[in-house]
Amino acid sequence: MKLREIAHSRTGDKGNISNISVIAYRAENYRLLLAQVTSERVKAHFAGVVEGEVTRFELPNIAALNFVMAGALGGGVTRSLALDAHGKSLSSALLDLEIDEPLGDTSS
Amino acid sequence: MRTIRIGSGAGYSGDRIEPAVELAEKGDIQYLVFECLGERTVALAQQARMKNPQSGYDPLLEERMRAVLPVCAAKGIKIVTNMGAANPEAAARKTAAIAKSMGLRGLTIAAVIGDDVLDACKANDLPIMEFEGAVSGFGNRLLSANAYLGAAPIAEALKGGADVVITGRASDPALFLAPMIDAFGWAMNDWNLLGKGTVAGHLLECAGQITGGYFADPGFKDVAGLARLGFPIGEVGEDGSLVVTKVAGSGGAITAQTCKEQLLYEVHDPRQYLQPDVVADFSQVTVEEIGPDRVRVRGGRGTRRPDTLKVSVGYIDSYIGEGQISYAGPGAVARGRLALDIVRERLQLTCVQTSELRFDLIGVDSLHGGALSARNSEPHEVRVRVAGRTDNLREAVRIGNEVETLYTNGPAAGGGATKSARDVVGVASVLLPRELVNPSVRYVEA
Repeated sequence: MKLREIAHSRTGDKGNISNISVIAYRAENYRLLLAQVTSERVKAHFAGVVEGEVTRFELPNIAALNFVMAGALGGGVTRSLALDAHGKSLSSALLDLEIDEPLGDTSS
Repeated sequence: MRTIRIGSGAGYSGDRIEPAVELAEKGDIQYLVFECLGERTVALAQQARMKNPQSGYDPLLEERMRAVLPVCAAKGIKIVTNMGAANPEAAARKTAAIAKSMGLRGLTIAAVIGDDVLDACKANDLPIMEFEGAVSGFGNRLLSANAYLGAAPIAEALKGGADVVITGRASDPALFLAPMIDAFGWAMNDWNLLGKGTVAGHLLECAGQITGGYFADPGFKDVAGLARLGFPIGEVGEDGSLVVTKVAGSGGAITAQTCKEQLLYEVHDPRQYLQPDVVADFSQVTVEEIGPDRVRVRGGRGTRRPDTLKVSVGYIDSYIGEGQISYAGPGAVARGRLALDIVRERLQLTCVQTSELRFDLIGVDSLHGGALSARNSEPHEVRVRVAGRTDNLREAVRIGNEVETLYTNGPAAGGGATKSARDVVGVASVLLPRELVNPSVRYVEA
């Protein structure tokens, strides 16, 4: 399934850095986000868009992750040649990430 | 416990005006805050002020003030805004004149000044945070340097009897924190209370972005009434407790989801949200829906404020020229790509001097490049876009010209060409020791 099925997202910008929140609709899916939406996968998903490091922050209280992506905005919001200089559309692109559905609990 | 209600009347300089009037009329608020100052707006406003010393404040100041001053004056609602941009004193005088012209007497308008730290930045030649180099490297391209002021001078103005407080560069959450300090007398070293107030300010500062704006995704996140979106109200208790709500019957929605998205908006490390007055910690925040369009937010904390203030430095960066043209029907993408190839070759043949170029097909790959673009069936229409960076306006104009000439020289059936060229004011940041920044308050009576 797509990440969009279990999470919502918002992008923010500061200089040449973009941050994307990934928030589980249901708290029980937070562990899926933790396991599968890693900074490595996010970096790979945005290959060619994000030039710098991707750092992940965890917010278990609101079942959310926050990705901080350096070098993501074409040199910075104020000077970028890009149509979407703020990178506001990046959050929707991240929700296209493929998520493996967990197998049912068969231990009992 | 004492509680105040703070309305958020604008999330950016061009925001809708009538939601603020709705807040003032029906929101039972004591404070109305307008956050209108973008990252580089001060630099642009400084350019305007250099041409005309009476200008340099927000171009929508008059329209907003005329819309809300009568009801705010009648109800005793205090207004706090950063619409002063590069000239808060002129904005205060203008606001006083507007009040008089509307027959409103006895209002006190305060201007917070002291955010302009251009001289201190030049004298100390501070290093740039975003790239290698220092302030002196900008030479005569340097336009402005403005420190993000905290809540203290705004609170001082409110305590001094101001009905309207107009700032230049100030931290956005501080515009909201100041009314809390004014109402509750919070100490400026009670880091946890200042942290809680900062969480509230951060949630409210983008106005509609917490009431269902920048959120709707049909089928997944549906929001009703976006054309008449209500703006948020923060109910803040003297212990820093917070409920986010809006005027009953207004459009939009306040839910746990909208609050979570806004909590992390433009945040990096949630444990360290750096502000002039406090380092706020968002990591323990929880949200809870306690009624329709009512969300309780708890768990904000804070630690000691930084010893430096962030300063936005505006400078003339470059020029950008751009052109666009559309193609449609069978083969639209192929003709769009041919058009891009032609312009690429033309810019070389005619020796247009650029330092950076970008070739997009809007509808195919303009937002996220080729790798992420869907490999779906061909779109019915595409729009060619070529943008380039140049050293001067003359060269920038030539880029759009080469797109426009595709009409009679390019692929079949191109339509709707547009072109533009503009100068680019860039913004960089430096950190200035806070003792070098001396804000003060000036009052104007209406």
